[in-house]
Amino acid sequence: MIINLLNSCVATIAPYYTTIWFILVGILFTGYAVLDGFDLGVGALHLFVKNDHDRRILLNAIGPVWDGNEVWLVVGGGALFAAFPGAYATVFSGFYMPFMLLLVSLIFRAVAIEFRSKEPGTIWRQTWDVLFSVGSIFSSFVIGVALGNITRGIPLDDSGEFAGTFWGLFNPYSVFLGITVVFLFAMHGAIYLTMKTEGALQEQVKRWALRLILLFVGCYFIFNISTLFVSPYLAKVVFSRPLIFVVLALDMIVLLNVWLLIKAGKEFAAFLFSCLMMALLMMTFGISYYPNMVLSSPNPENSLTIFNCSSTNYTLGLLSVIVVIGVPMVLTYTTSVYWIFRGKTKLTDTSY
Amino acid sequence: MDVEILARIQFAFTVAFHYIYPPMTMGLGLALVLMEGTYLVTGNRLYHRLAHFWTRIFAVIFSIGTATGIVMEFEFGTNWATYSRFVGDIFGSALAAEGIFAFMLEAGFLSLLLFGWDKVGKKMHFFATCMVCLGSHFSAIWIVVANSWMQTPAGYHLELIKNGIHTQLPASYILQPEDIGHVRAVIDSFWGMVFNPSSMQRLTHVIFATWLTGAFLIISISAYYLIRGRHRTFAQASMTIAVIFAAVASLCQSISADSTARGVVKNQPIKLASMEGVYHTVPYTPMNLIGVVDTKQQKVYSLQIPGLLSFLAFHNFEKPVTGLDQLPSDEFLAARNPGKSSQELAALRPRYWPQISAVFQTYHLMVIVGSMVFAGAFLSLLLLIKGWLFRADSFFIRCWLFLLIFSVLGPQICNQAGWFTAEMGRQPWIVYNLLKTSEALSRKVSSDQVLGSLFLFFAIYSLLFFAFIYLLNLKIQHGPDDPEEDPEAPAPGEKSFLSQLVIGTDESRASS
Repeated sequence: MIINLLNSCVATIAPYYTTIWFILVGILFTGYAVLDGFDLGVGALHLFVKNDHDRRILLNAIGPVWDGNEVWLVVGGGALFAAFPGAYATVFSGFYMPFMLLLVSLIFRAVAIEFRSKEPGTIWRQTWDVLFSVGSIFSSFVIGVALGNITRGIPLDDSGEFAGTFWGLFNPYSVFLGITVVFLFAMHGAIYLTMKTEGALQEQVKRWALRLILLFVGCYFIFNISTLFVSPYLAKVVFSRPLIFVVLALDMIVLLNVWLLIKAGKEFAAFLFSCLMMALLMMTFGISYYPNMVLSSPNPENSLTIFNCSSTNYTLGLLSVIVVIGVPMVLTYTTSVYWIFRGKTKLTDTSY
Repeated sequence: MDVEILARIQFAFTVAFHYIYPPMTMGLGLALVLMEGTYLVTGNRLYHRLAHFWTRIFAVIFSIGTATGIVMEFEFGTNWATYSRFVGDIFGSALAAEGIFAFMLEAGFLSLLLFGWDKVGKKMHFFATCMVCLGSHFSAIWIVVANSWMQTPAGYHLELIKNGIHTQLPASYILQPEDIGHVRAVIDSFWGMVFNPSSMQRLTHVIFATWLTGAFLIISISAYYLIRGRHRTFAQASMTIAVIFAAVASLCQSISADSTARGVVKNQPIKLASMEGVYHTVPYTPMNLIGVVDTKQQKVYSLQIPGLLSFLAFHNFEKPVTGLDQLPSDEFLAARNPGKSSQELAALRPRYWPQISAVFQTYHLMVIVGSMVFAGAFLSLLLLIKGWLFRADSFFIRCWLFLLIFSVLGPQICNQAGWFTAEMGRQPWIVYNLLKTSEALSRKVSSDQVLGSLFLFFAIYSLLFFAFIYLLNLKIQHGPDDPEEDPEAPAPGEKSFLSQLVIGTDESRASS
């Protein structure tokens, strides 16, 4: 009886599997942006904090959580591989060098966090500080550039393979999005830090947070306008989907609220709204991009969509079972870790 | 150099480097569970200190393990795009399961394990330790399942996609080179994929190997402390747990090794023939202890025991092990190369063999070093039971402990050699008998891109390795905490290691 019900349930949703997985892959990458976004942002701000004690506060603010945050990238990548192998293969082989550089900077960054405070020497710490910060900024930048190329569309041949060049990936539009993402993550990181710091350091990061919000809004505005010119396809789609404007407006209201909350000294709420803002940003992207996985430009007929590069329904069903069992568990213990390590960061003998 | 060889070197290098770390975290993770469990049961603070110290060692290893682990997931897409498209439907679900079930579990509870000593109760902390250990074992399960599917594909069918039309290919269909890019493997049965013919044997073989790796890491560091005369009660307790753990793992591993080998006989006869250099099918097939392969003359010069390989393979001394002269079968060759005469087919046969000499040597390296590891574990257990292992006043015991310091390398060498055997023995296939490695590359990636990133990885991994050794040494020299509880803390005017090895520490001579 229950089995029958379950089977009919599965039969009803089966035609929507690809759409569901478009959304789920989106959610996983959103999780990555929201979570690793703030620790990459903290990394970007690291060198702007001058004394050693404050730098250690910054490191330890992300200490217990950054590792778990990065796993969202692995899971997102794995889900993309599993659900849309065609898109995964094209994007990863097409963005060969940028992704290798992303990997290297993520590795440097991880190791710098681990090693920096193990030795008291100034040169030792300075070196790792620079590697940590540059690694963080560069990772954010590459993620932005990759996203810029995906948005704008990359040249694909008729078998769905990347047909562009390495330097073609660094077009002005994508580079601009790269810079915007660096600001976005730094902003998100600064807001996270207002929650984890106190005293003079907190005043300082608050000022940064407010400035970065302005900087980001400016960049994002220019980015949206230029999208309309750079991608005729998206320009057409955007105006046929009014929902995009609703989400966009909501997004800006949420950001305004973040500003007000920081001013009011409600740091925890400010951070939650900042996370919501990031999620809405990804949603704007998702709604305008559906049903494409990789847009082809200049030949839109070669685009990879959820229909021509997905796994079979059987696999997507399996993945759904994995997600239904796994994600609630993941959310439970992620939340409990954040809860256990809540409050202002203090240095102890197990600190970095 | 061409893209294929560079991409293979890159994958081998990054995965081999990565594989130094996860076995240690798995083995050490289980040891941490044992230590903390003992603490919870007995309430003895000593075991709390044990867990605390080994957790710090664990943290260093774990961070490098994670940092280097993401690389492989990227490489499937960057270097092996055709492969990714071919296996995505199958490989992807194992990888996604690994991410969600294993990595998230590990990463979620790791921070509690490392920073949670004062934040949560001891039972909760023990639970976190168990979850991290379980997570690392889960991750081994999924990745070994995925790899085993590449060795012995099962639970799938092939599907041809031309002009958007999907047609199922019959089970007996043999892929032709022109199919590449239009054919993909599609999953029929998830459990068929998970329990493919080789996955469980290989999984147990890998897991017991990681236990040995973790156990010998503890043995090695404890042996160093014992010779040094430092943290004596601490080192003795660690050593006791680790030696028992290593002996149990050795016992399990010797059983698992036998079943793994018999699995290879059945599932991948070419790999087995290469491992032992069996060129000709003869009764009473000998097993080589040590030797060299002359691939030109197709001969093996070695010290051998006649009939032993037949016995190990079939539990029958006489039954011949199929040699490379009959592998792969004539039918398979004819199907892959239609329209060729039988002489032409025979000439093509060696193209379906791996690098015999390399597979032979890595396999024998694993067997020889593995036997030494077993011997080390059992001899240490014997000394422990007799109560002699901690009598550092005896010169012979000190010598044995000195050997044990280097024993950490034993399982590491076996791990690497074993994986090289498994992966090189599968060549020229990336997915056994389905997709060739040379057909699996990214078509849009050039050799200078691969070479460039290879240099990049080489540079950063060398740096990483030195930093790792440096940091590990720092932790070892610092030793476990609260010296007031540990009267054997390092004395200020400590002698050099060499003199302590030869003459012994002051206390050990005083006690003798």
